[in-house]
Amino acid sequence: MPGELTQDRIQKTWERSKDDPPANRRAAGAPHFVNPPTVIVMVGLPARGKTYMSKKLTRYLNWIGLPTKVFNVGEYRREAVKNYSSYDFFKPDNECAVKIRQQCALAALRDVHSYLKDEGGQIAVFDATNTTRGRREMILQFGSENGFKIFFIESVCDDPSVIASNIMEVKVSCPDYRDCNKTDAMLDFQRRIECYKTSYQPLDPDQHDRDLSFIKVIDVGRRFLVNRIQDHIQSKIIYYLMNIHVQPRSIYLCRHGESTDNLEERLGGDSGLSPRGKQFSAALAGFVEEQQLQDLKVWSSQLCCSIQTAERLGLPYEQWKALNEIDAGMCEEMTYNEMKEKFPEEFALRDEDKYYYRYPAGESYQDLVQRVEPVIMDLERQENVLVICHQAVMRCLLAYFLDKSAEEMPYLKCPLHTVLKLTPVAYGCKVESISLNVEAVNTHRDRPEDVKRGPGTLIRRNSVTPLTSPESNIKKPRIDDLDEAGFSELPPSVSSPSLCSPSHTPISLSGQNLRRNTSALH
Amino acid sequence: MALSVNREQRKLTQTPLLKIWVPWVGCNLNRRRGSSVPQFCNSPTMIVMVGLPARGKTYISKKLTRYLNWIGVPTKSFNVGQYRREAVKIYKDFEFFNPENEEAMKIRKACASAALKDVAAYFSKEQGQAAVFDATNTTRERRAVILSYAKERGYKVFFVESICDDPEIIAENIKQVKLGSPDYVDRDEEEAMKDFSRRIDCYKSSYMPIDDEKDRKLSYIKIFDVGSRYLVNRVQDHIQSRIVYYLMNIHVTPRSIYLSRHGESELNLSGQNIKELKVWTSHMKRTIQTAEALGVPYEQWKALNEIDAGVCEELTYEEIQENLPEEFALRDQDKYRYRYPKGESYEDLVHRLEPVIMELERQENVLVICHQAVFRCLLAYFVNKPAAELPYLRCPLHTVLKLTPIAYGCKVESFFLNIEAVNTHREKPVNVDINRNPEEALQTVPDHI
Repeated sequence: MPGELTQDRIQKTWERSKDDPPANRRAAGAPHFVNPPTVIVMVGLPARGKTYMSKKLTRYLNWIGLPTKVFNVGEYRREAVKNYSSYDFFKPDNECAVKIRQQCALAALRDVHSYLKDEGGQIAVFDATNTTRGRREMILQFGSENGFKIFFIESVCDDPSVIASNIMEVKVSCPDYRDCNKTDAMLDFQRRIECYKTSYQPLDPDQHDRDLSFIKVIDVGRRFLVNRIQDHIQSKIIYYLMNIHVQPRSIYLCRHGESTDNLEERLGGDSGLSPRGKQFSAALAGFVEEQQLQDLKVWSSQLCCSIQTAERLGLPYEQWKALNEIDAGMCEEMTYNEMKEKFPEEFALRDEDKYYYRYPAGESYQDLVQRVEPVIMDLERQENVLVICHQAVMRCLLAYFLDKSAEEMPYLKCPLHTVLKLTPVAYGCKVESISLNVEAVNTHRDRPEDVKRGPGTLIRRNSVTPLTSPESNIKKPRIDDLDEAGFSELPPSVSSPSLCSPSHTPISLSGQNLRRNTSALH
Repeated sequence: MALSVNREQRKLTQTPLLKIWVPWVGCNLNRRRGSSVPQFCNSPTMIVMVGLPARGKTYISKKLTRYLNWIGVPTKSFNVGQYRREAVKIYKDFEFFNPENEEAMKIRKACASAALKDVAAYFSKEQGQAAVFDATNTTRERRAVILSYAKERGYKVFFVESICDDPEIIAENIKQVKLGSPDYVDRDEEEAMKDFSRRIDCYKSSYMPIDDEKDRKLSYIKIFDVGSRYLVNRVQDHIQSRIVYYLMNIHVTPRSIYLSRHGESELNLSGQNIKELKVWTSHMKRTIQTAEALGVPYEQWKALNEIDAGVCEELTYEEIQENLPEEFALRDQDKYRYRYPKGESYEDLVHRLEPVIMELERQENVLVICHQAVFRCLLAYFVNKPAAELPYLRCPLHTVLKLTPIAYGCKVESFFLNIEAVNTHREKPVNVDINRNPEEALQTVPDHI
C-alpha cells in the first residue's frame, strides 16, 4: 500500500515518507533519462575544433545538470612527456612515442571508467584524435564491457583558412610551444597534422560504421551527418551542436534599471523604474550607441521595469516570458525582513541551500535553469545580443557562460546598473564588467557565514545540478611508471547496471568536482 | 540611431487580456514570445518535401504542420495530390503518372502551380508563416521552379527529403495510407498494390535526389530509412533548427500515449497489458498520489504542473465573478490567450509543455497523469485542435484517454472508471462582454458543492 507523501522542505517536492525505501524518490526539475552513462568520443585531425566542442558541450551539459567531464589525451601526454620537442613525436614510425601515446589513451580511459562508475559522472567526453579504426574499436570494446553508451562526434574540415585560424588561436600559445615563436609553432603544428593524415580513417556511415551512433560536423557546422541517434541525451547534444557557431560576437547581460521595489528591498513584484533606474536606461542607450554594433538584438523579460529599460533604448526588442525574475511564490513583494518575520523557517532554508530552495508556490534556481534553457539555445544561435533581465535570471545565464557550479550560481555578483560584456575567446569567455556610473541600491546578499550547510553537495542522479566542468585531475603515472613489458590492460569489466531504475540512491560527488574554477579566463 | 526624447515621459500600460506591458495601447504586440515561439518571422518559410511516393512525405507534412501550429507558428500544408484529384475526378491507373503521358504532365504541372499560388495567398493574405509543399518534387527542374518562385517573393526554402529503399517499409506505408485513398476506393487490395508499385516506378527513372555537391547552397535535411540517418545542410535560422530537431525526435514505432487527470481513486490499467509503460506526473501532490497508487516507478515533471491562476488561485468561479468580474469576462473573450493576473495563460502553458511533447515523441508507451488545462494542451497537440478550441476540450476526471497514432492521425479511445466524479468543465458562455451581469457570467458553471 502506498505510504504517506511528505514534502521536501527545501525543494517542495513530494516524496514517499522517509521510512519507506527511497524507491520512487525523484529530484526536482525534469527527468534527464541518462542511464546508462555515455562516453562521447571526439574524432578528427588536429585543429578541427575537437577540444573547443568538448569543452563547450561539457559546460552546457553540466549547466543543465548532467555531471560531465572532459578527458583530453593531449594533457595526459604532456604529463607523461614533460618536454615536447617537435612534430617528430607524432610520426607514425616513432615506435617509442606510439607506445607512450597508447598508454596515455588507456590511462585516460581508466579515468573515464572511474568517473562514470565511482564518481557519479554521467557523461565523459573523450577528447583525442581517435582517427583510426583500431583506436575506435578499442573504445567501443571498452564501452561494451562496461555498459557505457558510445557516441562519436567527428569534426571534418578542409578549409585551410579555418585550420590556420584555429592553430593561431589555441595551438601556438599552448604549453607545447611555450618556447617557440609563432611562425615556428605554426609550421611544426602543420607538420604534426600531416603525421595523422595518412592513417586517418573517417567514420564511414555507409559500410564500416553504419551501426554506430555519431554525428559528423562538416565545415564548422555548415553540414551535419547524423547516424543512429539512440536516446534523449544524444538528441539534445546534436541539437546543441547544430545551434552553436564560431562567429565573433558579444553578449551583453544586464539587469533592468533600479525599480521602486528594489528601493524598498522587495522580492519580485512588477513595479516600474525609479528615477535612478530611468537614468540608467538613458545611460544604457548611450552605451549601446557607443558600442557601434552592426546588428544588435535586444531581449527583455515581460516585467515592467525590464521593458521600460528596453523601451528607452529606442531599438526594436523582443519580450521573453522565460526571462522573468524567479517566482518568489508566497513571498512575492515581501521585503526580506517581512519574509524573515512571516516565514522564518523558509528564510533559513533558503540560506541553507539556495540553489535547490524553492519558494512556497514559487520557483528555485534549479527551476530557473530549466526555464531559461531555450534562451541559452537561442543565444547560441545569435550574434550580438543585449539581454535585459533580473538578478536571479542573470546569475543563471552567467553561470552558463562562465562555467559556474550550482553552489556558486546563487551568489554570483550581478549588481544593478552594470553591464557584463561576454566575448567568446579561445576555449572560454572573456568578461568585461562595465558600470554605467548611476547609483543604485545593492540587492546582493552574500552566503551567510553562520548558516549550517544543507545537503547541497549531494548530487542525485537525474537532477538538474550544474557543476563546474571539472578540472582534469591527471593522476597519471609518469612514463617510467608505465609497464615496460607491454601494454597494460584495462581492469576487467564490472557487469553494467541497466536502465533508468528508481532504486538509485543519491551519490555523493567527490569534493574536487565542486571546486571553483579560478582561472581568470573562464 | 536617434533616441526619442518622448520615451522618457511615456508610462507603460499593461494590456488587460494578455497582461503585456506596452508603451501605448494598441502598439505592435508581435515582439513578444514565450519560451519557445520563434521571433516574428520576417520571411515566411516554404518547407518543400522531396521523395518517391510512399516515403512518408504526407505523414511528415501533416505531423510537422500540427507541431508548428501548436507551438504558435501559423502553418498550412499543401498537398499537390489533392489538387490533382480535384482536377481529374476519376483516377484510372498508373498510366497517368507515365512520364510520356503529355496530357497528364500538363495537368500535373498546372496542379503544382495552383498549389504554389495558394501558398503565396496563404502568406500574403492569411498571415501564414510556414507552408509545407507536399509533393514528390523529385526532379531538379521542379525544385528549380519552386526555388525561383520563392526567391521572387522573398520566401525562405527548406527541403525535407525522405529516402527509403526498404521494401517492407514501403509495402507497409502503401497498406496503411494508400489502399484507403480516394484513388483506390473501388479496387481490391492486390490490384491496388500492383498499380501503386507501378506508379512508383514511373517516378523512379526521373528521380534526382538532392545532390550534396550541386545543391550545397540549399538548406535541407535528408531523412534516410525512417530516421536511421540524417544529413542536414545549411540550417539558416531558428525555425529551421526547430524543424530539424523535431524531425530527428519523431518515430513510427507503434505505441500509445495515455492521458489522465489526477484521480481521487485508483487508476486501473491492469487489463491493458501495456509493454514497458513509463509514467509521468507533475510536481503537484495529487498527481503523485495517483501514480503512487499504481505502484510503478514514475518521473516527475514540473512542466506538467497545472496552469498558474495567479491571484485567482483557489477561488471558485463565483468568487472570481464577484471580485474580478472584468477578468472573468476577458477570460471568456479569449480563453487561450488570457493570462491570469500574476499567472499564466493557455498560451504560456503550451510553451512550458513543449519539452514534454518533444520527449513524448521520443518515447513509446507513456502514461501522463496531469491536470485539466495541461491535459487540454497535450490533447490539442495530438488531435490537432486549434487554439480557439483547446481551452474547451473535454477531459473529465476518472477518464483515461488512449491515443494511438495511426495513418495520418491519432485514434482516441476513452476508458471510463466507474466512479462518481465532480465535473469541472465549463463551456464558453454566450455573453462575454465585461459589462455583462453576474447571472450571464455564471450561466455555464458546472454544479458543485
